Amino acid sequence: MKTITLAHGNGGELMQELIKDIIYYYCGNDILLQQDDAAYLPEVEGELVTTTDSFVVDPIFFPGGDIGKLAVCGTVNDLAVNGAHPLYLTLGLILEEGLEIDKLKRIIKSVAETARKAGVKIAAGDTKVVPQGKGGGIYINTTGLGVVGPDINLQDAKIETGDKIIISGSIGDHGAAILASREEFEVSSALTSDCALLNNLTAQILSSSGGIKFLTDPTRGGLATALHEIAQQKQVTINLEEEILPIKKEVQGLGGILGIDPLYLASEGRVLCVAAAEEAEAVVNAMKDSPIGTGTAVIGEVTGDKSRVCLTTNLGGTRILRPLQKQLLPRLC
Amino acid sequence: MNYLEQFRAAKINSKLLEKLQQEFTVVKGKIKIMEVCGTHTQAISKIGLRELLPSNVELLTGPGCPICVTPFSYIDTAISLAQQEGVMVATFADFLKVPGSNSTLELEQAQGPNVKTVYSPLDAVKIAENNPEQEVVFLAVGFETTAPVIALSILDAQKKNLTNYSLLQALKTMPPVMEELVLNQYLDIDGFLCPGHVASIIGVEPFQFLAKEYDLPAVVAGFEVGDILFALEQIMEMIVRQEAKVVNAYPRVVEQKGNPKALKIMEQVFTSTVSRWRGLGKITNSGLELRPEYQEFAAENKFDFASATGKVAKQSGCSCGEVLMGIKKPTDCELFGTKCTPSHPLGPCMVSQEGSCAAYLYKVSVKMKLYSKE
Repeated sequence: MKTITLAHGNGGELMQELIKDIIYYYCGNDILLQQDDAAYLPEVEGELVTTTDSFVVDPIFFPGGDIGKLAVCGTVNDLAVNGAHPLYLTLGLILEEGLEIDKLKRIIKSVAETARKAGVKIAAGDTKVVPQGKGGGIYINTTGLGVVGPDINLQDAKIETGDKIIISGSIGDHGAAILASREEFEVSSALTSDCALLNNLTAQILSSSGGIKFLTDPTRGGLATALHEIAQQKQVTINLEEEILPIKKEVQGLGGILGIDPLYLASEGRVLCVAAAEEAEAVVNAMKDSPIGTGTAVIGEVTGDKSRVCLTTNLGGTRILRPLQKQLLPRLC
Repeated sequence: MNYLEQFRAAKINSKLLEKLQQEFTVVKGKIKIMEVCGTHTQAISKIGLRELLPSNVELLTGPGCPICVTPFSYIDTAISLAQQEGVMVATFADFLKVPGSNSTLELEQAQGPNVKTVYSPLDAVKIAENNPEQEVVFLAVGFETTAPVIALSILDAQKKNLTNYSLLQALKTMPPVMEELVLNQYLDIDGFLCPGHVASIIGVEPFQFLAKEYDLPAVVAGFEVGDILFALEQIMEMIVRQEAKVVNAYPRVVEQKGNPKALKIMEQVFTSTVSRWRGLGKITNSGLELRPEYQEFAAENKFDFASATGKVAKQSGCSCGEVLMGIKKPTDCELFGTKCTPSHPLGPCMVSQEGSCAAYLYKVSVKMKLYSKE
């Protein structure tokens, strides 16, 4: 059989085959292969953290990745920016009748490869099939479980005036790549998503310095929205310098054509970090040592306590960066 | 540095700004320069230009956002169409959030499949072609910039013998409204930043009346930082020398006579008509309507709109009308940034990112309050 049918989701023989031939084949490990209704996990030392995310990206294959890679990176990264060492993922699949099985295989292979790189095991899973026209080919939900070591405490760090804002690379690549690959725009570009695992980079950052005050990954809503959340939550003014923002020309250009500000485009493989001023250099150097942090740059600093984000424009003017307001386009991740 | 980057280069632009600041100080008294294009409004706010100019200079925001100038009754008509069985309303995304009397197209879209966002009217024609059982109504709003491609969609639909594609017409033209603003007794405009996109279609000639009849300097400008600074500098030079000319400072895009091909298609399909502008009322020859031979594509001829018009009241306290004429600044409106925000817009100027109020939010930080109907 070449395509997914409703029978692949009915709990019967075809579904068992699908799970065995594809899910277990690519993702199998001692925990998943317990094959019970629930999986037992070995005891861990430290505090557990968990997060969940659903992925509905359109198109499901895009330059620089696919929905499978994204579903692993997204959840692993959410654990990583909380200072956690990721351990397990669950994998919930909602498949649309008519999806080609070859595509599903490619996606699950991608899930398995990315999970292996991240050092996480797929611990449990679920598969459902919805009738044709009721889903976007494939939707994936992943729930992650990680552990935080005793020496890491990001929650209580106090952000102060003078702290530096650091980003691990160019801004908005994922959002721009997805937009460019949407058929309705009829634009062609060499843009690639930055979709990547961040757990090694965050571990490197946290071990390089005790001056890390905040870590996050600027996904939906982009850099501006992520910084706005920090400004609101920590009641600080953050000022960015337009001149030093790392934005690729292609991203800038596509934004210009479509009327979209790159500051609001998602990244899926960038760490945004607030660090004490005196530690900034050490942090930047540690980030640059990582293969996915070579484009690291200090892009601004904390300048007060007004709960807002400002941008000093190239001309010397000031612009307030508000959180994302309008719907750019649905289904970017 | 590539060609376009020269217009963004910080060093060049800083020098331009310095020159501009010096020129402004020569002139005593208040100087009011109006930009009539929404993209200019947005660009000026994005670069934070207003605060960099001397205090005697005021950049007025004009009626250049297509969403903002479209009257309430039009939005209610569009919403009533979306509520009808067998009708698909196709629209540019900006229009979704505009509040009508009781609903928005966004809410209608959430409740059913009758509203479709498109990036081009040609996509709306494709939808009509693929859904012969449905009447696809495209919301034809905007200025001379969108008119040619909308005209093209009519020719496309005709070529495909489609009988289920139509326009809900509210296309507008720029020069007549500019004349209306010049004549407005509350405004005392000293110069115009002319809309570069509109001029790329209609050329420079249609703006000549500003200099010839009203002695006003006017400069057709592009949208990069350098374009805007250079254009303002040109206007200032003319003010200082007491000269009035219409200058094309966007020659890399704008031809003196515009885009003949686009003009020809527009001319073929549309003819000028009186049009209603929000806040400004009816203005003679400021709109475009389908020529008699294309009237079969007018939604007005396919539906009975009598019930949907004429009984709407504007949001109490909303100053969009005055803001569109440049009489009030967005910050003068009591709803600005409190009850009226981009997520919960009460007036159209807060909806589109080119809207005067939405653009002003780049400049002003406001405490967001959740809007409730009470």
